[in-house]
Amino acid sequence: MPVLGTEKAPVWHRRTTRAQWAIWAGWLIALMIVAWCWKLISDKTIWFFVLDAGTQAADMASRMVPPKWSYMDVLWWPVWDTINIATLGTALAIAMAFPIAFLAARNTTPHPAVRAFALLVIVSSRSINSLIWALMLVAIIGPGVFAGVLAIGLRSIGFCAKLLYEAIEEIDPTQVEAIEATGASGGQKLVYGVIPQIMPTFAGISVFRWDINIRESTVLGLVGAGGIGLQLNASISALAWTQVSLILLVILATVIISEWVSARVRHAII
Amino acid sequence: MSDTSVPVYPRTWKKPPLISNPTLRWGLWLGAAIYLALALGTMEINWGRVAEGLPRGQKFIAAFFPPDFVSRWDSIVDGILESIWMTVIATVAGIALSVPVGLGAARNLAPTPVYLFCRAIVAVSRTFPEVILAIFAVKLFGFGPFAGFLALSIATVGFYAKLLAEDIEDMDPGQAEAVKATGAGWFQWINYAVQPQVMPRMIGLAVYRLDINFRESAVVGIVGGGGIGATLLTAFDRYEFDSAAAILVIIIAIVMAMEYSSGYLRKWVQ
Repeated sequence: MPVLGTEKAPVWHRRTTRAQWAIWAGWLIALMIVAWCWKLISDKTIWFFVLDAGTQAADMASRMVPPKWSYMDVLWWPVWDTINIATLGTALAIAMAFPIAFLAARNTTPHPAVRAFALLVIVSSRSINSLIWALMLVAIIGPGVFAGVLAIGLRSIGFCAKLLYEAIEEIDPTQVEAIEATGASGGQKLVYGVIPQIMPTFAGISVFRWDINIRESTVLGLVGAGGIGLQLNASISALAWTQVSLILLVILATVIISEWVSARVRHAII
Repeated sequence: MSDTSVPVYPRTWKKPPLISNPTLRWGLWLGAAIYLALALGTMEINWGRVAEGLPRGQKFIAAFFPPDFVSRWDSIVDGILESIWMTVIATVAGIALSVPVGLGAARNLAPTPVYLFCRAIVAVSRTFPEVILAIFAVKLFGFGPFAGFLALSIATVGFYAKLLAEDIEDMDPGQAEAVKATGAGWFQWINYAVQPQVMPRMIGLAVYRLDINFRESAVVGIVGGGGIGATLLTAFDRYEFDSAAAILVIIIAIVMAMEYSSGYLRKWVQ
């Protein structure tokens, strides 16, 4: 923190003049980039529709109340499907993520080439959103819950495996060494030295991902992969706004309950 | 003469289970088994359709070698650029909006009514997936990147304001008190006491959110929010799997590049 002298007395400044100018230049460049991006987007926007949005929103809101409670009878089944997609998808993901994480962790991988491959699997799975996975799977194996389960599973492998292999790399090596000193084989070292150390993290990751998956599985129906998204899509297409508002409330409730469950379970584990 | 009897040591050792309470352990297993039976029993899998789709799946995988970058190159470039602008603008706008919301949602800064109001904003924008926000933005503001931009900004507020508020709540109160004791006004207090404490983590999170927004920008296009998602959906609808594969490869490459650079940036900031 520099003190710049003036004629009378030293004055405290937060930064030197040079640093101050550099920061201003940084802000200026950032602002220019943002303004340029904004212009490009604005060129592609039909501003008439945007200016109209206030009236539209008021209109839509007035059509949404009151929610059509009787529609709930139809919704129980999709909610059950949604929960199944999330749960079975998570189970599938952790079953596949477990071996991949061991291949990807620096201290347990059999070979650097295998590690590179495992990392590639993790990155590809993570960068493609579950909705895009669902889009692909619906094209391949047809619409339905099964496509949703696979989509959630494939999307979650990357997330679970990444967090798990980071946990494996951070284990305490002395425990593994102690097991090794008893004459344990490679497999025994994993089972008695590594796995007990990562088990709590592993359970935590699974529950955390399950919570995220509940949220994601509510929209998979938009591309035909089952769950409550199918009803949402159908209701929006039919302009049945009272059904839409009920579905939104149901999604809100499901997400809040799953978040609560996941927080409780993680609290119990850790 | 002393007693020479040797205490009987156990000759075998068993690994202690993760959950020590046997009732709970077996109960969980039983519950999982019942759930699995119910879930799999109610899931309708049309194996005939799956078998029918497998050749198409092979075709899709075959399309990755090599992906077809050429025939739709113009629309791919258009889509990617649109996604990037949308991401930049949405991240900047979202973070600009989350600063006041985050300050309001911090228990130690805001009076109770403001706190509750800001927490409600965070909770609602966090619950709904980006895609659902995008559907409504498209309904209200018309097709195109503006709707996608709005959906992503709202989702960013839910994410960023929550973490900002939590970070402010965890800050060191001593420094804040010291700055207040110099007679600083409210804005000076925020600028000199709160901001420096939360800044490093917040920059890291901003980069992370940029990364998430890019991934999500590929999805909002599926419901009409502009960006690469629209191009991808068209490719799938026309069964042009080789173009779709090219788009997916580009998405994965960009996400990987962003992940690497954000790792460096975060190291440099902290």
